[in-house]
Amino acid sequence: MIPSGFEYHRPENVSSAVEILKKHGDDARVIAGGHSLVPLMKLRMAEMAHLVDLQEIAELRRISFNRDNVVIGAMTTQAEIVSNGQLSSLIPILRETALLISDPQVRNMGTMGGNVAHGDPGNDMPAVMQCLDAGYTLSGPDGTRTVKARDFYESAYFTVRSDDEILTGITIPMPVMSGYAYEKQKRKIGDYAIAAAAVLIGDGKASVAFTNLSDTPVWSASASRALASGSIEQCVDCAMDAIEPQSDIRGPAEFKKHVAKVVLRRAIHKAMERTK
Amino acid sequence: MSKMHVKLNLNGREVEDLAEPRTLLIHFLRENLNVTGPHIGCETSHCGACTVDMNGKSVKSCTIFVAQSNGADVTTVEGLANPDGSPGVLQEMFREHHGLQCGFCTPGMITRAHRFLQECPNPTEEEVRFGMAGNLCRCTGYQNIVKAVMAAADQINSQKEAVT
Ligand SMILES: Cc1cc2nc3c(=O)[nH]c(=O)nc-3n(C[C@H](O)[C@H](O)[C@H](O)COP(=O)(O)OP(=O)(O)OC[C@H]3O[C@@H](n4cnc5c(N)ncnc54)[C@H](O)[C@@H]3O)c2cc1C
Ligand code: FES
Ligand code: FES
Repeated sequence: MIPSGFEYHRPENVSSAVEILKKHGDDARVIAGGHSLVPLMKLRMAEMAHLVDLQEIAELRRISFNRDNVVIGAMTTQAEIVSNGQLSSLIPILRETALLISDPQVRNMGTMGGNVAHGDPGNDMPAVMQCLDAGYTLSGPDGTRTVKARDFYESAYFTVRSDDEILTGITIPMPVMSGYAYEKQKRKIGDYAIAAAAVLIGDGKASVAFTNLSDTPVWSASASRALASGSIEQCVDCAMDAIEPQSDIRGPAEFKKHVAKVVLRRAIHKAMERTK
Repeated sequence: MSKMHVKLNLNGREVEDLAEPRTLLIHFLRENLNVTGPHIGCETSHCGACTVDMNGKSVKSCTIFVAQSNGADVTTVEGLANPDGSPGVLQEMFREHHGLQCGFCTPGMITRAHRFLQECPNPTEEEVRFGMAGNLCRCTGYQNIVKAVMAAADQINSQKEAVT
């Protein structure tokens, strides 16, 4: 369980971090909480000559509440999402989801930026960000750009972020639909989802997304439209067409499709009950 | 790879040693500093035996590079005894309520419980179970661990009342 060696950097602002990434190309990688990366490095599934730690960069820790949106700094931990009362009252689905991620120790280290940037289809926040139609802000040597969560994921562990870009923040457009639910089926506390569904409903609109049912998070436009028009059965049918689960240690693909329907129906009912 | 100077404030004391940045915090504590309270159970971020307190938060020290912890305040179970060396409240309650059998998980359990009771000083049983969910025990079946943490909460709260 000893990872290969690296040179360690702890820059104090985004531009020096980008500078290091630019200089070393794909020999360098950023580390946020390390709770996806360190396990991979221990297994030697990830190796790099330079590790760029973002913990000292204060600008990445802010959460700002604006009229049209909320911006969550990349280094905000999952534990901070759980404990932020203002955020929880404005966008309660974030707290509901964060509480379903692993255990207290992991939530203390794991960050929002790391969770969404990693591209692990098992991570819970990406589907929620697609459901919320969030945007990710990326800073690189050529400046800053924003990519929608719905356009960010290419395949497992591959995203549109280039190696020398840092994800600095997540922008969630406001207001958020009032009915919400994240329903996750897992084998035990601390496990990734067998299947999970994120649902938002309100004001004649709806949004539906899934975790761990394809090699990327899945947001379904047709399932969202069907739910907005009030047809739960059509929503479930559209969702089943959108997902492509693979058989693995969490069960055969058929079982996962079954669980997907169950969590989706539960999430829809819960979200409807919560609609204000 | 060259070594770096690592400084920690460990259980209230400044400590320093040379280590490769890739050294895991648990190995640095156990092998460089001979602080063997925190244990290595799984080394894969699951069991919580390696739990320490870092900058006021419970963390799994098998999943943190020592480089990341450089400059941090770290508390291990060694730092939770009373100043005269006698067992602290949590340690005493684990003893009294049989919150341990083999004792392998205990340093992690107690270090987590210590922080948990600061986050949640009047917990329900359910809150104890949720707050301690990152720590596995293969012996006790958890009942007595939960009892011990609840009893420690009572003791700490009545000590606080006595002071005020
Ligand atoms: C036992 C265990 C159980 C877990 N269970 C779950 C679970 O059920 N659901 C879940 O969602 N997660 C789970 N996780 C993962 C955890 O939430 C991770 O902490 C999180 O996914 C990654 O965040 P991090 O800050 O630790 O990222 P890191 O591990 O530091 O980084 C992950 C990847 O993202 C990159 N990266 C990080 N930050 C940035 C940034 N700002 N810009 C660009 N790239 C960046 C890194 O280079 C790396 O490739 C679990 C982890 C463990 C150890
Ligand atoms: S040894 Fe660190 S979690 Fe098991
Ligand atoms: S007492 Fe043996 S593992 Fe907990």
